[in-house]
Amino acid sequence: MSPQLNHYLALLPEIALVVMIVAIFAYERRLAPDNRRQLGILSAWGAFIILLLTLAAWQLAGVPDFATSSSLNETLIWGGMMRNDGFTLVFRVMFLLALGLTSLISADVKSLQRGEYYILLHVATIGFSLMAAAADLIMLYVALETASLSLYVMVGFVTSSPRSTEGGMKYFVYGAFASALMLYGMSLIYGIFGETNIYFISQIVLSGRLDNPLLNFDNVFLVAAILILAGFAFKISAVPFHFWTPDAYEGAPTPVTAFLSTASKAAGFAIVFRVFSIGMLGAPVADRSNPWWTILVAMCIVTMTLGNLLAIYQSSIKRMLAYSSIAQAGYIIIGLVTFTAEGLGAALFYLFIYVLTNIAAFGVIILFANQTGIDDDLMSLSGLSRRSPYLALALMVALLSLGGIPPTAGFIAKFLVFKAAVDAGLWWLALIGIVNAFIALYYYLSVLKYLYLYRSDEEDVGIFTPRAARVALLIASLGMLLLGTVAAPIVEWTQRAASAFLG
Amino acid sequence: MSGIPLTWYLIVAAALFAIGLYGVLARRNAVAILMAVELMLNAVNINLIAFWRYLTPDRPIGLAWALFVFTVAAAEAAVGLALVISIYRQRDSVIAEEMDILKY
Repeated sequence: MSPQLNHYLALLPEIALVVMIVAIFAYERRLAPDNRRQLGILSAWGAFIILLLTLAAWQLAGVPDFATSSSLNETLIWGGMMRNDGFTLVFRVMFLLALGLTSLISADVKSLQRGEYYILLHVATIGFSLMAAAADLIMLYVALETASLSLYVMVGFVTSSPRSTEGGMKYFVYGAFASALMLYGMSLIYGIFGETNIYFISQIVLSGRLDNPLLNFDNVFLVAAILILAGFAFKISAVPFHFWTPDAYEGAPTPVTAFLSTASKAAGFAIVFRVFSIGMLGAPVADRSNPWWTILVAMCIVTMTLGNLLAIYQSSIKRMLAYSSIAQAGYIIIGLVTFTAEGLGAALFYLFIYVLTNIAAFGVIILFANQTGIDDDLMSLSGLSRRSPYLALALMVALLSLGGIPPTAGFIAKFLVFKAAVDAGLWWLALIGIVNAFIALYYYLSVLKYLYLYRSDEEDVGIFTPRAARVALLIASLGMLLLGTVAAPIVEWTQRAASAFLG
Repeated sequence: MSGIPLTWYLIVAAALFAIGLYGVLARRNAVAILMAVELMLNAVNINLIAFWRYLTPDRPIGLAWALFVFTVAAAEAAVGLALVISIYRQRDSVIAEEMDILKY
């Protein structure tokens, strides 16, 4: 069975990203030293063009109505390594959007105006994109490490800054540890089933024909599930594996933090969704008696609560957003544990909004830090609304969206997730989520207090906003407001992707 | 098969994994932590090769996977040591507990 054209089209984003890497290398050679911001512009143009190409290729080769009518063997491509379904497409759009916006907001950051940085961004995006498509444990592992290794380097990219290298080191140690745990779990899964394809494994699990004479199946299976969950929880920064998050987010150059908190988290959720809802570790929908279902729910509750409670006490805005991103992961897990198409679609929509929101928030911090050199002090944001009203407005929209206040898309996302939980009979989980959303409002709104009410001595000093960053903030803010008012097309899109995904 | 049951390999792998786990959690030197992570990855490799030999000798899934794990482990060591070196240049120390600029 030779690869057909649509198999190549399924790899189009990755191929195009590799071409972009070569282009960036070539372009960097020709750039004058004072014009290096062009690298970011090139990278952003590339990302947005690849985004359009991916959507076009989907129309050409994919299953445009998201239906998975064909048999399993036909949907698995490249020897069962990948599956190019609507679910993959939604995630790829997120990653390419995050890549484009991150390139725009990093174009004018002096320490990141180097070809290597943009190449690492692209390699990480290739990794994410393959993670979202991976249908095989080997593929999943290699894609995950491709992404992780580039992210370790990106966090520690500014070697002259002790904070950056320390953040990178901490991220690396936790990451290597978590991925070793996950890999051991995966090797046990391979031992139990003699198979590495996620879909074939779930067919065996769901049909109940499991007779491996060599292993006591039940216990080993649970151990493997927990080890795999540990590795995934690290990627989505869920609570027992969240320790790296504040340090890496604070230490990393701010554009990297923006990328890490959006694209990397979305990629983590892509593999969590696929592995857990396909039923590789036991059927999720039929009964909630699975031990790992209970573990997931416990993880969800602790992640939300701990993230929000710790965020209150932060004096650094990057650290505060790090804890807030831990809490946001908790809300997204609510969508997952329902294991309904509605919940999964809501979680996809939530992730989509989260990409726009967090990049906008970090974008403002980057512009502020470019001017003042301070990137982590909440107090220093005092009087921002007088120094630069539009920046303050963008940050306000982002914070309201994170907090889930109506005219913004964050409200729709939270509403859909909680509604899905109630519909699935998990009203108590939705209630915990709502209480947490109120706690979160406290620290999101207290940032607005600094922006709008407090005064500072430098109020007459404006903040320089380069055009690239202005475009990125405009896209993100308009996206948040538009999706907060006319959310239907995207909501419907994610819902259809989710229901086709769950089959 | 040569009479050694699969279980023995799995026990060796589990022991190696446990030693690596202990090393990651207990060692203070960043380079030693890296070495411990490598031990954990090698435990996985023993698992994969043993499962391949005993369960699916006709399909080289486990072999291929182990090859990928080698490659990733090498890349991981390269990145990790690069980070250790850049930290060492700044503070003449690779002790994990002394990395405490970032905390609340």
